[in-house]
Amino acid sequence: MISIQQNDFNVGDEYAALVANDTAAGAVVTFVGRVRDLNLAREVQGLQLEHYPGMTEKSLQEIVAQAQSRWKILRWRIIHRIGNLYLGDNIVFVGVSSAHREDAFHSAEFLMDYLKTRAPFWKKELTADGSVWLDSQEKDQQAMQRWE
Amino acid sequence: MIKVLFFAQLREQLQCAELSVAESDAQTLAQLHEYLTGQHPLWAEFLNNEKLLMAVNQTIVKVSQVLQSGDEVAFFPPVTGG
Repeated sequence: MISIQQNDFNVGDEYAALVANDTAAGAVVTFVGRVRDLNLAREVQGLQLEHYPGMTEKSLQEIVAQAQSRWKILRWRIIHRIGNLYLGDNIVFVGVSSAHREDAFHSAEFLMDYLKTRAPFWKKELTADGSVWLDSQEKDQQAMQRWE
Repeated sequence: MIKVLFFAQLREQLQCAELSVAESDAQTLAQLHEYLTGQHPLWAEFLNNEKLLMAVNQTIVKVSQVLQSGDEVAFFPPVTGG
């Protein structure tokens, strides 16, 4: 399930849902992305997260379908927050369960790499000197391309 | 009509989130781009950014894409979520 929401999420609850009544899931990988205090040598106070409603969900569904065609995934969950976020706040959750760890690790990393380069979200950083739209980063493109 | 959306930094640069264009002015994405910069000369420097992405009906497409009435077109900068 994909959720785009302003509210925070609870990692424990999400983990519990990924494994509830499923004794075939021998491996679970969860990832949480958070608002960091230092980015590209700028001291960050917070972020504004904008998205393209509708296309966000559609592009994430397509990314999940690709992951499911490459790895054996039992359950998966993606949550991305929008709106104003501050230092230490959660931004994104990706969780995958699988019988074996290889499928869970690889598919979770694939989902994050694709989310960062394909899903229409944009971050505006709030700093002491004002707000700045983030530029896309070459390292994220490279991370995505290694799956091709 | 064709619905045109702008997001993030581009929306702020153009000071416009959404507008409508008659399909006769925009038979392809390239024509729509030309029409918009013709109507709004101040937008040209922002819309001519080679890094911009374009989506039609919420799928990223190339500039040669043919448009039809009822299409939803979006222009936006490279994405930075996650």
